[in-house]
Amino acid sequence: MSSLPYARSVAQPAQPAPRRAQAALLDALFARGVKLLMVVLLVVGLALPLIAMLGKVVEVQNGLAGVWQFVSSSRFLWLLGNSVKVSLSTVALVVPLAYVFAYAMQRSWIPGKRLLRSISLLPLMAPSMLSAIALIYLFGNQGMLKSWFPDGIYGFSGILLGQAFYNFPMALMILVSALGLADARLYDASVSMGANHWKTFVNVTWPGTRYAVFAASCLVFTQTITNFGIPVVIGGDYQVLAMEAYKSVVGQQKFSEGALIGSILLVPALISFAVDAWMRRLRGSQVSSQAATYVAPRNRVRDTVLLLAAGAIALALLSLVLVAVGASLINFWPYDLSFSLRHYDFETSGGVGWLAYRNSLTLAGLTALIGTPIIFTCAYLMEKTRGGWFDGLLRLLCMLPMAVPGLVMGLGYVFFFNHPGNPLGGMYGGIALMVLCCVMRFLTPAQMTATTALRQLNDEIEAASLSLKVPLATTYWRVTVPICLPALLEVFRYLFVSSMTSVSALIFLYSPDTVLAAVAVLNLDDSGNVGAAAALASLILLTSALVSVALYLISRGLLVHTQHWRSARV
Amino acid sequence: MASIPGHISTMPLSVQGIGKSFGNLSVLSDVSLEVAAGELVCLLGPSGCGKTTLLRIIAGLERQDAGRLLIGPRDISRAHPQERDYGILFQSYALFPNLTIEQNIGYGLSTRNLLRSQIRERVAQMLELVGLTASATKYPGQLSGGQQQRVGLARALAPSPSLLLLDEPMSALDAKVREHLRQELRSLQQQLGITTVMVTHDQDEAMVMADRIAVMNQGRIEQFDTPENIYRYPATPFVANFVGHANWLDYQSVSDGRVHLGPLSLQLDKAVAGGPGRLFCRPEVLRIDNQAQASNSVAAQVKHKLFMGNRYRLTVELEQLQGQPLVADISADLGAAPLDAERVWLTFPPHGMQAFPGGAV
Repeated sequence: MSSLPYARSVAQPAQPAPRRAQAALLDALFARGVKLLMVVLLVVGLALPLIAMLGKVVEVQNGLAGVWQFVSSSRFLWLLGNSVKVSLSTVALVVPLAYVFAYAMQRSWIPGKRLLRSISLLPLMAPSMLSAIALIYLFGNQGMLKSWFPDGIYGFSGILLGQAFYNFPMALMILVSALGLADARLYDASVSMGANHWKTFVNVTWPGTRYAVFAASCLVFTQTITNFGIPVVIGGDYQVLAMEAYKSVVGQQKFSEGALIGSILLVPALISFAVDAWMRRLRGSQVSSQAATYVAPRNRVRDTVLLLAAGAIALALLSLVLVAVGASLINFWPYDLSFSLRHYDFETSGGVGWLAYRNSLTLAGLTALIGTPIIFTCAYLMEKTRGGWFDGLLRLLCMLPMAVPGLVMGLGYVFFFNHPGNPLGGMYGGIALMVLCCVMRFLTPAQMTATTALRQLNDEIEAASLSLKVPLATTYWRVTVPICLPALLEVFRYLFVSSMTSVSALIFLYSPDTVLAAVAVLNLDDSGNVGAAAALASLILLTSALVSVALYLISRGLLVHTQHWRSARV
Repeated sequence: MASIPGHISTMPLSVQGIGKSFGNLSVLSDVSLEVAAGELVCLLGPSGCGKTTLLRIIAGLERQDAGRLLIGPRDISRAHPQERDYGILFQSYALFPNLTIEQNIGYGLSTRNLLRSQIRERVAQMLELVGLTASATKYPGQLSGGQQQRVGLARALAPSPSLLLLDEPMSALDAKVREHLRQELRSLQQQLGITTVMVTHDQDEAMVMADRIAVMNQGRIEQFDTPENIYRYPATPFVANFVGHANWLDYQSVSDGRVHLGPLSLQLDKAVAGGPGRLFCRPEVLRIDNQAQASNSVAAQVKHKLFMGNRYRLTVELEQLQGQPLVADISADLGAAPLDAERVWLTFPPHGMQAFPGGAV
């Protein structure tokens, strides 16, 4: 028999080695520490600002009567009417188009799917104002296609088209994943009973996707009604609530009015959030584990129609992007169409452009670098460890960012962190607070990505490592993180690009030194410097796209590199 | 013993009055089990009987609501999994896919105060023990199911635990591989003399591998005994039905060592006088002849005859007890007398029958 030092002899009683107790202690610290950190972040960076904003409403003059007076004023009703009208119109325009596009992606054999899909993601790579700027170049007072809009692009139609462009990818993502889940058995049954295409669609496809259509509609409505970047650029005299909230806080220092409008804008978001959660519970898991993956049969007529439709949509999206980028490279639209980089020196705009761009890079980089490990680790611990009521609280708080529009969050930050009594007030105007704001704002989708990846891992991996007396943190680092690296990179990408392009919350938080690129786009446009605004927006687009492509290549390279152990799943 | 690396400190495991509920659902109630040092005990039962929960409680992955657990003299009832001294092999093996076989096996050694060379030596020993030295630098995904299982076992055994837990270790394997690995795993366990608790729903597996089997049903242990006793002398009708095939005949009473079934009466070895109940016997204890035997012989009709390769499985019905078909196994050896008659004589050996007082099973 060999006699290794760690092998106990039969005679010795098995006493727990101190190292093992230490491992258990480390695990408890790791699990509770990260969860506690997340709760603190969510309370300070989300819950308290939200409460501060709601508290500000109380300060409206004359109390409840004042509130009533405000919401029953003809100006408020006019703004509300405008907001609702343009938001509903955007839903009516975007959701059917996105459905057709998603259908072409998931249920057809058309060529060039990857290219079409990539083009459809472009709107997410730039601030929302990019589309509005491009629309002005095309159909504005000096636009080359001005005649298409005899009544002018400024106003309802401009906002509608701009919002449609900006919201398309978000609606598309929901519908693509819904159409990706289909049970082939239902289609076989339908066809075997002699149903035609239309009947199969009505009886099988539509019931399977109508919740997603509703969810997408809610998302687009909420996004549109709370977005103010597009109305500021192209709204003209057609004013909306979100713009009013922004102006009353930033321009007129009417804080309580801003808070009141912010609270009102929270309502549709909360309602759609609650309805969505209720529906999810109602329908449970729609596709059973026995479901066979449905692959649509080839159909030349259908595929031709879908290719034309998806191609037209992609072309429209691409041309808006190209117009904005192209216009930024032209000397003086529409009088001198020669190539020029002069918009990129930002001299006429006081040189703020490059400072803002650097700040944005810093913000996006920090948000991704700090946010990714925190969000991913927290998602891991929520999936793989149990913490009783504390986990329930954390889960609830983690869903909250979904229900809070950026504008509302920004207002909350103003009221909470800018409050003279707040010891954290020193953070106001600094990059740290903006990082916190971005991590909180983009938390929920990032965490969902992480959770989806983590759920594919065997729970017994953690149990096995416990039995081997290895601390959870070690297994997380040595096993879970390497396996989940592609998902981790996706979270990183999402946080980076979202922070790079976001305006709505951050516009309330910057100081002259920390001005951000997306914010500067809005300011430049506001001061009539449309060329520079287009240039800066193009720069953001280019950066986001490059980072996305780079991360995609890294992720793919990683998959190839780790093929030897990924090929066969254990 | 030269081929066995490291000491295994064999320790008994004592499970005392364990209870567990999930919400309103009681999964285990008052489960007690004494596993002797070096013994292999199988927890056998249908799905949902609580056997996996019991194993997870022993592993510390679930916390019991009531009862105590001891490994040797040490109370581990409240200990964290890391403070307990066991190795576990999961149904899925739960190998780390991104680590090589070597790294997998050495995983539990890396956090101990060991020199790198000691770890390497121990890993090499374990690789040799499970016969995978050639695959040391491969990844789990490149191995077959049976090889992966051996890696999982080596990984669990590498830190020399005093208790080994096996969670349905064979269920992911093909039938042929399974049979071979059963014996391999068992002989390894016997060589190491490590106390082992194994969960399975496969009665053959339990029979072949276990020193003792704990048959579980609805959160309770119905019987805890050797495989032979479990099969031959089931303690409850549930055990009789769950393990092997059971024949049942309703009886009205037992008196003077005889059981009375309507017009019939049969001699029993062990019989406690009493009221109605059900008479149990295994298919292979029944004897089939063309003539009546000295005692306990009853005329019967053959209803079906199935050829099973090594034996015939006959379905017969007693002429005087219609509606209660019995199954009898007889040898299919060519030398054995062929039974073509439809009318046969069924003999019930007194030692092979057991009377369970009471009603339905």
